[in-house]
Formats: sequence, C-alpha cells, structure tokens
Amino acid sequence: MEFNQPAGQNLFDQSRIVGKPMPRVEGPLKVSGHAKYAFERHDVVAGQLHGYPVVSTIAQGRITEIDTSAAESAPGFRGVVTALEIGEMPSPFAWNFAPLFGGDRVSHYHQAIAVVVAETFEQARAAAALVRVDYEVEEGNYDLEAAWERAREDRSEPVSRIGDFEGAFAAAEVTLDGEYRTPGHSHAMMEPHATIANWQDGKLTIWTATQMVDWIRQSLARTLEMDPENVRVDSPYIGGGFGAKLYLRADAVLAALAARKLAEPVKVALPRPMIMNNTTHRAATIQRIRIGADREGRITAIAHEAISNTLPSGRGETATAQTRAFYAGANRLIVHHTAVMHLPEANAMRAPGEASGLMALEIAMDEMAEKLEMDPVQFRIINDTQVDPESPDRPFSNRNFVQCLEHGAEVFGWAERNMTPGGRREGMWLIGHGAAGAYRGSPAMASGARIRLQPSGRLIVETDMTDIGTGSYTVIAQTAAEVMGLPVEAVDVVLGDSAFPVSAGSGGQWGGPSATAGVYAACVALRAEIATRLGVENADSLEFVDGHVRGNDLDRLLSEMAAEGEIISEDTITFGDFRRDHIVSTFGAHFVEVAVHALTGEMRVRRMLAVCDSGRILNPVTARSQVIGGMVMGVGAALMEEIAVDTHRGYFPAHDLAGYEVPVHADIPAQEVIFLDTLDPVSTPMKAKGVGELGLCGVAAAVANAAYNATGVRVRNYPMTLEKFIPGLPTA
Amino acid sequence: MREFSYERIADPAAAAARAAEVEGAKFIAGGTNLLDLMKLEIETPVHLIDVNGSGLDKITETPEGGLRIGALVRNTTLSAHARVRRDYPVLTRALVAGASGQLRNKATTAGNLLQRTRCPYFYDTAQACNKRVPGSGCSALTEGAFSRQLGIIGTSDACIATHPSDMAVGLRTLDAVVETITPTGMTRTIHLEEFHHLPGDTPDQENALMPGEMITAVTLPAPIGGQQVYHKVRDRASYAFALVSVALIRQPDGSGRVALGGVAPKPWRSAAADAELPNGAAAVVAQLLDGARPTEENTFKIALAERTLAALLAED
Ligand SMILES: Cc1cc2nc3c(=O)[nH]c(=O)nc-3n(C[C@H](O)[C@H](O)[C@H](O)COP(=O)(O)OP(=O)(O)OC[C@H]3O[C@@H](n4cnc5c(N)ncnc54)[C@H](O)[C@@H]3O)c2cc1C
Ligand code: SF4
Repeated sequence: MEFNQPAGQNLFDQSRIVGKPMPRVEGPLKVSGHAKYAFERHDVVAGQLHGYPVVSTIAQGRITEIDTSAAESAPGFRGVVTALEIGEMPSPFAWNFAPLFGGDRVSHYHQAIAVVVAETFEQARAAAALVRVDYEVEEGNYDLEAAWERAREDRSEPVSRIGDFEGAFAAAEVTLDGEYRTPGHSHAMMEPHATIANWQDGKLTIWTATQMVDWIRQSLARTLEMDPENVRVDSPYIGGGFGAKLYLRADAVLAALAARKLAEPVKVALPRPMIMNNTTHRAATIQRIRIGADREGRITAIAHEAISNTLPSGRGETATAQTRAFYAGANRLIVHHTAVMHLPEANAMRAPGEASGLMALEIAMDEMAEKLEMDPVQFRIINDTQVDPESPDRPFSNRNFVQCLEHGAEVFGWAERNMTPGGRREGMWLIGHGAAGAYRGSPAMASGARIRLQPSGRLIVETDMTDIGTGSYTVIAQTAAEVMGLPVEAVDVVLGDSAFPVSAGSGGQWGGPSATAGVYAACVALRAEIATRLGVENADSLEFVDGHVRGNDLDRLLSEMAAEGEIISEDTITFGDFRRDHIVSTFGAHFVEVAVHALTGEMRVRRMLAVCDSGRILNPVTARSQVIGGMVMGVGAALMEEIAVDTHRGYFPAHDLAGYEVPVHADIPAQEVIFLDTLDPVSTPMKAKGVGELGLCGVAAAVANAAYNATGVRVRNYPMTLEKFIPGLPTA
Repeated sequence: MREFSYERIADPAAAAARAAEVEGAKFIAGGTNLLDLMKLEIETPVHLIDVNGSGLDKITETPEGGLRIGALVRNTTLSAHARVRRDYPVLTRALVAGASGQLRNKATTAGNLLQRTRCPYFYDTAQACNKRVPGSGCSALTEGAFSRQLGIIGTSDACIATHPSDMAVGLRTLDAVVETITPTGMTRTIHLEEFHHLPGDTPDQENALMPGEMITAVTLPAPIGGQQVYHKVRDRASYAFALVSVALIRQPDGSGRVALGGVAPKPWRSAAADAELPNGAAAVVAQLLDGARPTEENTFKIALAERTLAALLAED
C-alpha cells in the first residue's frame, strides 16, 4: 500500500482499541522472566561456547603483534580469532563509521581486536586477559575546543543561508550571541550488546539484540561477504537501545567469526566496561547561537553554528537540525562543522541532533526573552511558524506548538512563578521555574507485515519490527485487532525475526507510526482477500466487528473464513512523495520546577510537565512511558550525564555505570504528561507520529532555565553540575 | 578473573595465620568490593579465606559504655542498631548515605574500611596506576586526565586518589579504634586516624595492617552526644560516591568535630580545624584544607567543603 495522499476519515476515527490505554501485552512475560533476551537464549541451539572480546588499549595506531599463546593453554580454551588473522573486513554499512573488527589499524580505544572462546564465560574472560598485544602508537586528535577555535569563523559551506543574516543581526534592536556546550553522552541502556551465532551448511543464524533487524542482516552479510539470504537474525526482546543498537556492532561480528572458525555456536556479550568506548556515543558539541529581534520580540535574524566530534566519514551531531524550522525569522544561517577526532565512534543517540541542539537553542530563547523583558513562553508563541521558514511554500503538516505552550503554562501555573532570577527562597533552597520548547522530526519508513488468520479465529502478526521497550508489541496488536474487528487477546504478535517481512525497525521515533501503518496495510490486504473469498467486490463495503465479517447481507465468523486452512496476507506500507511537501514534526512544551541549594548548589527537580503534540496517540500508556523515560534522560543530560574525555589518551576513562551517572529514582519527581488530541493526516494512515524521542527534546534546557530562574546564574555548559553555580551563589 | 582456591575459616586467629601462610591469600567478607575487582583482575588473590562464619557479627557494649562492632556486622545492621541511632547518629547517617540498600545488606564493617579507591584509572588495567602497579605512573596526574572526582589534600605526586568510604568519615568523628588479630594470634588496636596511610611514594600500601592481619572489630568510645549530622554532596541524589561529604558533631557550646570525605586518601580531620568550629565554616575549612593541592577540575571541592559545612552549621 502506498500512502500517497493525506488520510481521510477512516476506521481509526471511530476506533475501539487504537488510542485506548492498554498495558503492554508482553508485560507478564517480562516481569516473570519468560521474555528471553539475546544472551539468555540457552535453548535455541545446544552447546553454546562463550566468547570474550579483547579490545585495544590505545586510541590510535597499528597492532604489530597479538600473542595468544598463554591464552591457548588456559583452562577451557577452545579457540581464538584475532583481527590480524582476519584482515580488513568490508565496512558493514554506510552509517558504521568505526571498523568493528579486522586488520591491524586501531581507530579508537577499546576497538575489538580478538575474541577468545572457551567452555564457560569465566574461562573465556580469564583466557582473554592473557592475550598480549603490541602496538605502534600514533598521535590522535582529541580536543574539540581546539577544533572549534579553527572552525569558528568558517562559514564557507553553510547548511543553509536565507536572506541576509549578518545585515539583519547588525540592525536588530535586541540581540543575543551565546556559546553553549554539550558533552558526549552514553546510551547506557540496560541490556548490553549480545549475540549468539551459529552456522549450519554455510548459513548463519544470530540471536541478538538489535533495533534494526534487516540492517543488521544486510550489514553482517556485507562485512562477512556473504549472501544476505544466508543470514538469519532473531531479536524478539531488546533491553533498550536508544540508538546504540541501530547498527551492527562487534558482538555480532565476533560471535559470527568465532562460531565459523570453531564450527560451534558461540555467544558474545560486550562487557559493560567496554561498551562506552567500543560502541557509539552521542558526540559532544559546541554551539554558537545568535538571535536578533525587534522590540516586540519578533525574530528577524537567527544563526546556529555548531561543531561536534566524529571519526573520519562520520556526520557528527546535527545539533542545528531543529533551528532550520522551529522558529520564524526572515534571515537565517545554519552552519554544521564536523571535527574529525580519534575518539570512539560518535553516532545516533535518542533524538540525534535535536536533543543536543535544543539544549542550546532553548536556553538561547530564554536568554533572548529576558533581554526583551518578555515572558519566554510568549516569546516562543510570537515566533511560531506554520510554514518552513526556509521555504515558506512548504507548510507544516500539523503543528500545534502554541497550544502546547499555552496549555502547559496554564496547567503548570506558569503565571504564578517568580520572575526575578534568584528571587525566591525557601529556607536553604532557591526555587525556580523554567520552560522550553520541544521539536523533533517525525520521519516514516516503509514497513511490512504478514497476517495469518487461523482456523481458530486467532490472528498472528509477523514482522521483523523490534520492541526495544517502546511498546511495539502492544500497538501492533491494537492495530491488527482494530482493523480485523477482533479483541486484542485474539492477536498474537511475533517480532524481530528476519524471516518475517521487513519493517521500519526502531529508530528516529519512526518505529511506532510506520510499523503500525505496515500492519494496517497487511490487514487491509487480508480484508480484501476475505472479500474476494466471499465474492464481494468492494472490500470496504464489509464491516469487521466482534469477530464477524458483515455486510452485503452476509454475516460470517472470521474463524469460519479460515476453516479450510489459515489465510495469509502480506503487505508493506510505503510513503509517497507528497509527505515531503510538508514538514512532518512533533512538538512539545516542557515546564520544570527546581530547587537549588543556596550554599552547595545541589539541584533537585521538583516538578515536571510535558505537553506533547504527536498526532494520534496509539496507546496513552506506552506513549506516556516513552515520554517520561525521555524526561528522565533529559534530567540526566541537564544535571549529570557526561562521558568525560581524557584529551591526552583519547578515550572515555569513566567507562562504566559507576563513572557514567544517569538519574536514580531519587532524582526524578512527579512527572505529568499531557497529549494534545491532535491528528496528522499527512503522517500515516493512522494520523500518528512518533513520540519516543520527543519526550527528551528540550527537557534539559527547561531544567537549565529553571536553574537560572532559581539562582540568577546562567550556565551554558552541560551538565549543570554544582561547581558551575557555586561562584554565583549566596554565601549564607 | 584468575583462578583461585577458597576456604572458610571460622576462627579468626586461624584465619589470620592461614592468610599469612598462603602467599597471595585474601579475606573475603561481603565480597561487594573484592569480587568486582577480581573480575577486572585489579585484585588477583590466589586464595580466598571466607571469614563470614567467624562469629564477628555482633555489636556489644564495652565496659566504658561504648560499642564494639564486630568486623562482619553488615552496614545495614549497624545503621539500624538502636544504640547507634541514639548515641552515634553520625554513623547511621554516614552509612545510609553510602552505596545502595542491597549493597549495604552485604557490606561489612571491615570490608567497608578496606574498600579501594574509585579512581577511573585504577579501574582500567590498561592504564598506568601506581596504586595498582607500583612504579607504573599516575594517569590521573597527566595533562588532559579526568580528575574531577579525585583528591585535593593528603595526596602525593604518586597518587591523588580518595578513600571512598562514607562510614569511615562518620567513624572518624567518633574517634573509632580498629581491633585486629595478627597471624601469630596477637591482638592490636589501631586508632582510625592511623589506620589509613597517605600515599606518599607507596600508594599501594593503603593501611596499617600487616600481611595476614585480620580486622576483628571496630570500637566506639562512650558517646559524646551533641548534634551529629552527615551531608554527602554528589552529582545525583543517591547511589554515587561523594564529591565532598561532611561529618559534623556539634556541642551546645559551639565546639565539636568535623571530618571530610571525598577529598583525601582517608577521612580528613584535624584537631586544629575542630578548634576553629566556633569561628565558623570558613575558619574550619581554611585550617582543614590548608596545603590542598587540587587539580584544575576539582579545585571546586575547597569551596564546596566550606559551603557544605556552612549549610550544616546553619541547620538547627
Ligand atoms: C555500586 C557500588 C556503590 C558503592 N557506593 C558506596 C558509597 O557510596 N559509599 C561507600 O562508602 N561505599 C560504597 N560502596 C562500597 C561498599 O561500601 C563496599 O564495597 C563494602 O563496604 C565492602 O565491604 P565487603 O564486606 O563487601 O568487603 P569485601 O569486598 O568482602 O572486602 C573488601 C576488602 O576488605 C578485605 N577484608 C574484608 N574483611 C576483612 C577483615 N575482617 N580483615 C581484614 N581484611 C578484610 C578483603 O580482603 C578485601 O580486600 C559501593 C560499592 C558498590 C559496588
Ligand atoms: S590517582 Fe592513584 S589510583 Fe588514580 S591513577 Fe593515580 S595512582 Fe592510580
């Protein structure tokens, strides 16, 4: 099914199930330990051996020797594969920027350079520790500040330049010129990367944890130089990803190579202390934002320039992404620099681009409002735009940002806040309130599904879509149940197997809307097949309700239709070009109350509210859980998360969950989430958009703005740790 | 993790004798620190002597009116003990500021005193670290290193790591004494003040214990009363090591005791600084942190220590 024009009235507008709150269908399996994650799939193949990675301990250079002799005589040793014996492997994918394995080049710290296989995990770990490696160390570049010094005035290749930014900025009545810094972030998802690999008759099966089943299948085939048809990937449960599991990673390559060499199944998990340097991180950024406005607060000039680290060939963090379209203003300049650095691989992390970009832009908006002596919420409202400010004939498909701000301000009690920074104190605590806008693009990706109507009347939905904790199982079950007129309990959803139709996968907050649209398409195909079997020409003249198909003087049980044998239908939703004639995005407004200790600078978030405009909310329970999770991550980004760089050695030294702090329960207050009741007919047939990344966007800036309001100290450098406030805090 | 052998020994004297006899032996109590370090091969004992059955898990009264805390008393048990809560509240407060509930259920009094630093370079066996491999160098002291969490005073050119224990900071204000048994069956007492060593040129030698010597108890002198508080400042609200922590005992006349955590290789207290308490936080910290040698990244700890103490003094 091609989605090639805006959705009209359809069955989702009278839905019984889609859009209704519903707990996760796989919840009982998860809480009882029956949902098996990759490393725990002991039953899929007998005789699994354990592989333990050996990783480089330099950031840049060449491996001159790998001595495995001591490892080979360790107890339980079964085999070893080294990068030198394998040699350089073809790059798995256009968006993998670091080599995962093979050859003598080391391009970052903790690059995988060998895997040692033994009978037990402990034996593999002990043997791996006996591998000796010699290197030729090379100098690397690890200093983003120095790169920024060089790039700061270079505007020779702007991303976009509209009107005359410099002229308008110089002429503006009120201006702001600020520099902001965001550190690198680690995904720190709960489940480490893990893979079990098994070869049989030249065919490879991996049981793994991935967000994108087909990408991984194609990538693994490419790097192993084999036909993708001979690779099967299975990933039914994933313990979080946040982008860390978008692309093929070393666990799968090591497991596959070791299993091939030993001709036995091998499992490899990346140990936690290796994950932060071995895999990917969100790049650090330095961002300069200039805004010019007239006295009434209308933006006349806006420039956003940013730099971020990347390995050669990488894209860096597109922190300027949202600024191209978020606010109005005739004269605009966007510059995106990448600093080639030899740190571990910078790549996508939840809301890549916008998450970091809004951390800066939404502080700048707050600062600008202050200069204008305006309410920062009002300032944002005034500069709303319903069209692409870079090309005004391109409208937003559906943008309700102003309603988010207005409704949020009312619910939060924004008007009652203290407006003098540092002006409200309760005992030892300074109290402040802050707001920020949220923006995140809502792409859609082709997505397929197969539906199998069983003689029992049950429905099986098969797609290689993944559920990384987001709720895919549930919204897919709801969609199929809705379209086929069955209760959710009659639908079995099976995910994550490359034997199933290729789906959108989970990333870029496209998964929910795209995958449900794909299931819708496949269900429509099933309805058509049933219509054909009933001799009805127009499938739309049939109604599917309560397990029956009715219309044209017919009334049949669905189960009856399949009495002779299951009925199978399959389809893929594709998204036509018309979608690109619009900007399809999601919007939100965040409101936060913080308390900052007047002496120590310790900060506690006391209250959070998010108002989201994400089109049809397919399931308010799972959507809310996405948004509050995003808000938690935003608090982390605001207050503590930083993957600190050793700029001498070129790596992240605090590379475990003790060194990289994410929020604990005690950091998170009551969170309120409101979904505006909006529909976006341009987005998908279900008029739905993504929500999983929106919840993070803008949160950190709202905390930062609240901290400023509380203390009068403006910090432009994340995380907002206490030493950055102390010099400006009261002494008693 | 290297291969190791394991045995349980119930009698403390026998355990100490055995520990001295087997080269590379170590005691294991809760295991919450030792096992983590063994998995990373930072600690590589060849033999573990499990002392959990040794009966040292009691809290008893001393003739002087103080308490004797067995080496194996769990942090949770100790923090919840009625006498501790009533007479030594700074200890309860310090304990519950540490780790998590689950860890405190396992962690023992002796193990807590002997836990090792959290310096990130100590934890990465690929990096030079004088504490882990004597003479290899100190990665934390090179240009561009990440040193925000590390120490500012009592450190040396060989090592700037801190001792991470919260419990020890509380104990320090209480003038606690460590009791041990040596491999020859002798008992000794070591004042907590003398228990942890400053790094000097030998940061690997962290305390006053002789090879094989086992901690049997920690004793607290008779209660001294006063207002007893502990404030731990960190980047998140719980489950993180201190940037700075302050243990304070304040008497109604304004005199008292102060110890700092998160700044030094041991709980940091001095009589001269205690004497400044009536003069306020700035005077105390100026005295206590006199001679501090922070890095650029952790110089804030000086101001933070003063402000944290000021905050405690401002509370009633
Ligand atoms: C995630 C995490 C967070 C933590 N956070 C904090 C925190 O915030 N604050 C804090 O203070 N601590 C914290 N800790 C550390 C925790 O307090 C220690 O791990 C614990 O106290 C160690 O006690 P144990 O009994 O488990 O020691 P073990 O691990 O069993 O032993 C530690 C050391 O003591 C030796 N030893 C044990 N008993 C004896 C004895 N009787 N005589 C001689 N030697 C002995 C062992 O040989 C070993 O060298 C944290 C730990 C973890 C894992
Ligand atoms: S500070 Fe101490 S523990 Fe840290 S690297 Fe230096 S010597 Fe090792």
